[in-house]
Amino acid sequence: MAESTNIVRVTNVYKTFQLGKVEVEALKGVNLAIARGNYISIMGPSGSGKSTLFNMIGGLDKPSSGKVFIDEVDIAQLDAYELAWLRCRKIGYIFQTFNIIQVMTALENITLPMVFAGMNNDLAVEKGLQLLELVGLGDRFSHKPFELSGGQQQRVAIARALANDPAIILADEPTGNLDLTTGEEIISLLKRLSQERNVTVISATHDFKMLNVSDQVVWIRDGAVDKIEDREELSISIGKIDTRH
Amino acid sequence: MADQQIPLAGKKAPESVDRLIVLPLAKSVEISLKSIKVRFFRSLITTMSLVLAVSFLSFVRVNNDVANGLLATQERHLRQAVIRAGYDIGLEDTNVGASPKQRWIIILSLMVCVVGIVNAQLMAVTERFREIGTMKCLGALDRFILRLFILEAGMQGLAGAGAGALAGALFALIGALLRFGLVSLTAVSWTAVIGSVAIAIAVGCVLSLIGVLYPAIVAARMQPVEAMRVEQ
Repeated sequence: MAESTNIVRVTNVYKTFQLGKVEVEALKGVNLAIARGNYISIMGPSGSGKSTLFNMIGGLDKPSSGKVFIDEVDIAQLDAYELAWLRCRKIGYIFQTFNIIQVMTALENITLPMVFAGMNNDLAVEKGLQLLELVGLGDRFSHKPFELSGGQQQRVAIARALANDPAIILADEPTGNLDLTTGEEIISLLKRLSQERNVTVISATHDFKMLNVSDQVVWIRDGAVDKIEDREELSISIGKIDTRH
Repeated sequence: MADQQIPLAGKKAPESVDRLIVLPLAKSVEISLKSIKVRFFRSLITTMSLVLAVSFLSFVRVNNDVANGLLATQERHLRQAVIRAGYDIGLEDTNVGASPKQRWIIILSLMVCVVGIVNAQLMAVTERFREIGTMKCLGALDRFILRLFILEAGMQGLAGAGAGALAGALFALIGALLRFGLVSLTAVSWTAVIGSVAIAIAVGCVLSLIGVLYPAIVAARMQPVEAMRVEQ
């Protein structure tokens, strides 16, 4: 039963990096299961292995030992083509720095993953316009990235992440470069989309605003899972965080 | 897209091989054209070294063509004029070949040009790390990136080499006109001139592609996670 509900499963994952002559162990035996349709936040200080874990889940990096399953497929078994397919169709990425492709318009950015997926151009444009409408940028499809504000760029990125109806959206500090209100808008947009489309959202973040909408928060410390908190337990710890501020 | 809801679950991984990621050629051409257009000034500088080297090649070759044309007329005073212009021809020679010195200078200039292109393209790749990484995160394969860079270099090469070859030929002909008078244009074999220009264009294209090969492979091999790590 657990097999069908867990979209991501990480079992006993270790990752070591070679930095010069020193070996650095970024992950030391991480176990994690993420249920389909949840909104997960991965929290942890810089250098905790948060980004490394995040990259593993996104199929951007392979573990030194242990296994990462995305939709019950072991990513270590995939070749370059299958990994590309996974990135294209299963996972949508959102970045801290938006990473909108500068030479393309908003619409072209959104249609690009659909072109990769082999979708007919007219269909892709139609769907791209719908997605822009969905993120509230319906009238700005022909704008180049530099003509858009940070929040608008992030909205384009969200629409692009949704282009191939992925099962997972990976958001790496999606609000890191945004001001408070814009950040909140982006968070609520992500939350709404995750509910409407039953997409699992996994975000690595420092942003405590994220905690309010998360179904589950995974705290990472020193390359291992420190604790996993569900929504209900969370309100207490948020109280603590608030008082600490 | 009917298969979007089918999860990978329960299937052996190799089965997804047939569901390939694609980038139609027309689309790649469109993307590379756009990226040249957006970075026009940059592309211009990259292309400039090629323009100069190719125009030099074409200039030298067309000059030789003109000299050969003049020699072919068998007229004594034209032969004297050609010798006075600095061509080393023996008493019996009926045509001007490229001298070893000339050949060396041309080869040297072309080599410098290739190094210049490699340098400029490597810079361009570094500049575009983020863009390449993003494309890879969206599912682009190594060969899409390779193809985009090669297409771009091909277009730059064609444009640059074309402009350079024509400019070089034009200057050579104008120079000949000023030095030898109208007879140089009537005596010259135009098929030889066109051949020289074509050779110069072809050499330019090949050089441009050679120059982009290493940078493009660097770009294509890059792991998406590395691209994301690059700061701004």
